[in-house]
Amino acid sequence: MAMAEAQKSNSRKYVVVYFCILGIAALQFVFAYSHASASEMLIRMLVLAAIEALLAMLYFMHLEENRGLKWFVLIFTAAAVFGMQYGWTDSFRLLSGAPWAK
Amino acid sequence: MSHAQTIPGATGVMEKPAFSVPAKKLAMWLFIIADSATFAACLVAYGFLRNATPNWPRPFHSITNVAIMTFVLVTSSLTMLFAMDAAKAGDKAKAFRWILITAGAGVLFAGLHVREWLALIDEGMTLFKNPWGTGLFGSAFFSITGLHLLHVTGGVVALVVVGARYMGGRYNADDIEITGLYWHFVDLVWMFVVPLVYLLNLAH
Repeated sequence: MAMAEAQKSNSRKYVVVYFCILGIAALQFVFAYSHASASEMLIRMLVLAAIEALLAMLYFMHLEENRGLKWFVLIFTAAAVFGMQYGWTDSFRLLSGAPWAK
Repeated sequence: MSHAQTIPGATGVMEKPAFSVPAKKLAMWLFIIADSATFAACLVAYGFLRNATPNWPRPFHSITNVAIMTFVLVTSSLTMLFAMDAAKAGDKAKAFRWILITAGAGVLFAGLHVREWLALIDEGMTLFKNPWGTGLFGSAFFSITGLHLLHVTGGVVALVVVGARYMGGRYNADDIEITGLYWHFVDLVWMFVVPLVYLLNLAH
């Protein structure tokens, strides 16, 4: 009986998170038609995608149930992703050729 | 030996599993971290190219197909959770049914993806050229979405194999959960691919 109750409560939680993720995805599609600048649009899109991903990781992948694993995964993934950002200045150099190209 | 304990059923003193999760599950998490680095590298390289290329094409006139694909993939994550819950409750038939629904959604997603590729190829887009701007777009687009499609295809095969072996009694609910982790990861990657590759390249 307790198992059935827990399962029902889990299902309710999954459905709520599912609709939240769909809602955020819909917001991204709406923003895509706005006439914001490219950088503003990029920031909006990435923030929304990060929220979606966080919801999926915490509730769909059950990271919220394991504190140690949660921080292990988040820290290592963030370190790997942020470590790749070193090349951006060079892409601006290719675009504008200044000041590093000279 | 303060970190060691005796595990019931084991013959010797064993170290406690890291983060109190089974080794198989931890291995899947390590794979997910490594794979997220792969996708992040692809997306960062894509951003680099897009930023550094003045005539970057914006070929997408409609977002209907990608919206449907997103809906299908996010929904398949939900059905995977139902499969996992049913497996944990010991309801094998129900779990297998949800697994097949999830795999079916994966096949539908792959079909929609291939249809979109074919439409772009029909418009003249290849790996090295397209009618709208720099030829780099085709290689970036096909490599990122292709890598994701490969993951979806692999996930569908894994779902069917694990589901069948679960029904046959060789695998248990933990294996369903671990396969589910992979499936949610594929969904999670798509959440970044859609805005970066599709929505920021909409033709206004």
